[in-house]
Amino acid sequence: MAQDKAQTETNGLMGWVDARLPVTSFVKAHLTEYYAPKNFNFWYFFGSLALLILVLQIVTGIFLTMHYKPDAQQAFASVEYIMRDVFGGNIIRYMHSTGASMFFVVIYLHMFRGIIYGSYRTPRELIWLFGVGIFLVLMGEAFFGYLLPWGQMSYWGAQVIVNLFATIPFIGPDLSEWLRGDYLISDATLNRFFAFHVIALPFVLAGLVAVHLVALHEVGSNNPDGIEIKAKKDKKTGIPLDGIPFHPYYTVKDLVGVVVFLIVFASILFFAPEMGGYFIEANNFIPADPLKTPAHIAPVWYFTPYYSILRAVPPIMNSQFPGVAAMGLSVMVFALLPWLDKSPVKSIRYRGALYKRWLAAFVVSFLILGYLGTVPSNVWGQFGSWLGSADRATVVARFFTAVYFLFFILMPWYTAKDKTKPVPERVVG
Amino acid sequence: MSDNKIDKKHVSNNSSSNDSLSSSELSFSAPSAVNQQKRNFLIAATAGVGALGAAAVAVPFVGSMLPSERAKAAGAPVEVDISKIQPGTMMTAEWRGQPVWIINRTDEMTAELAKHDDELSDPNCEVAQQPAYCKNAGRSIKPNIAVVVGICTHLGCSPTEKLQAGGDMGENWTGGFFCPCHGSKFDLAGRVFKGSPAPINLVVPPYQYLSETTVLIGDDTKAEA
Repeated sequence: MAQDKAQTETNGLMGWVDARLPVTSFVKAHLTEYYAPKNFNFWYFFGSLALLILVLQIVTGIFLTMHYKPDAQQAFASVEYIMRDVFGGNIIRYMHSTGASMFFVVIYLHMFRGIIYGSYRTPRELIWLFGVGIFLVLMGEAFFGYLLPWGQMSYWGAQVIVNLFATIPFIGPDLSEWLRGDYLISDATLNRFFAFHVIALPFVLAGLVAVHLVALHEVGSNNPDGIEIKAKKDKKTGIPLDGIPFHPYYTVKDLVGVVVFLIVFASILFFAPEMGGYFIEANNFIPADPLKTPAHIAPVWYFTPYYSILRAVPPIMNSQFPGVAAMGLSVMVFALLPWLDKSPVKSIRYRGALYKRWLAAFVVSFLILGYLGTVPSNVWGQFGSWLGSADRATVVARFFTAVYFLFFILMPWYTAKDKTKPVPERVVG
Repeated sequence: MSDNKIDKKHVSNNSSSNDSLSSSELSFSAPSAVNQQKRNFLIAATAGVGALGAAAVAVPFVGSMLPSERAKAAGAPVEVDISKIQPGTMMTAEWRGQPVWIINRTDEMTAELAKHDDELSDPNCEVAQQPAYCKNAGRSIKPNIAVVVGICTHLGCSPTEKLQAGGDMGENWTGGFFCPCHGSKFDLAGRVFKGSPAPINLVVPPYQYLSETTVLIGDDTKAEA
């Protein structure tokens, strides 16, 4: 950084500013003279898209709070008021709800990119850990935010999730009462979830995104070949031979991604904002009723793989805690990837068939568990009619839960044993 | 340029004051003679007191998230008139914001309760999910009238009533409750069937009869005459 500053010579107004705030040197260090690998493909859109959605959620969220009332008596009506009476309110509300689902679409693809190209490997472990932190906070944001419309699904979803904490041995019941601030999900709960959703977690999220990016710019991006471009630098300039300046090359490229994303986003926003009950569930258009659980309770689609894992694990010794623990582990286990992967290569391009098979099995498990989580529990028994058992979906969910965890547990073994291909010296495209 | 001047002035000021200090303090020791043990103790003591202070400040914040006095007061017992529940039907009362079912079981229904013990996780109600006076065959004070908190012991959903045998629950269903969230099944005494995600029977709240047709839910201390 000190070097960058020395090379920065500006005059006039910019010179006056630069003497007081390192604007020019910052732009150089992070944009015009930040060298990213030249072989980024479409998988590299999702980081910048996630940033775009974060801004979108913050802006739409600010405008929603101008009309929303965090009060159990008024919350549901105030959301309907936004939808019907506020000029543009329906657009802003649907942008926020669609943005929530699209956030997870983009984040899942961003994480998958990291997995297939080994972006979590040395020296990028901290980037990955901050990323897992962002993922967790995002899940918290989604959960707290989902209570705010105070519909049936909001209410009973929160009831189920808060009671997950009640299963923790010894401290559980007191902990869940403390989280709710009452003996049931009530006005007190709604008020505090509002505080978490609009103040506490956004701050944490912004901080994590900042350190995610600072850590990324410290070590530089990985790329589809999994080669460190800093290893081969131009002898005169010290610029990586396979690097190109982030601006203008990747800012322009990312704009293409933004355009494609906005086409998809606008299509959903204008033509299917509820996405057939997947983005906003039908039951959430009924006001919360503490005395009546809807016939079909399912979380929003982005939580369903973990929800299936929760349903798949049977109670042990009169405690449902094992299922809850398995669900928690299924999310947290991503943080261990940098230390589970023992392969000599980073990118899937140079890995062998063994790893690819395990990765495929994991993706299939994730998708099937995700599907099962959306299916009502009373028809769970009808899934997979080729199975002889009475409770077929439970059998299927248990099998794929096992595969899900084996992908991680066996990773040190199969990545070390895998037959890898030789990695080229320079990026090949 | 002017900045530099100011800096120099500061520096010279500091050094002169330091000089006067060290000359007046005769026993001022060289840096090598710092009492490291004393310094460590002072650092630890300062940090410790600071941590205690932080913990004390955290008390009102953490405590503010507990149920408030108003929420606690709302948990008072409720009186329910049960005279209008037809045999074979039920009603739902509200106590502490929770649904409490009052089921008027027919004689056939109570007879059926004893027949499926081997399908239940805890047929004899060994786990104290009910007051001692309800640890009996019907989990109730009167054999026909059951009072149960309608909150699934799995993750707190409210199960749906499937009081009649058969129907969409299948031929072997003998009447009870089905939780739509995760598929737990309970019989007409709120006892959980094996294979359900719910680990244990539904809760029977403390209650008493104020008269033949009035139940007080949430309080079982005998009322003074």
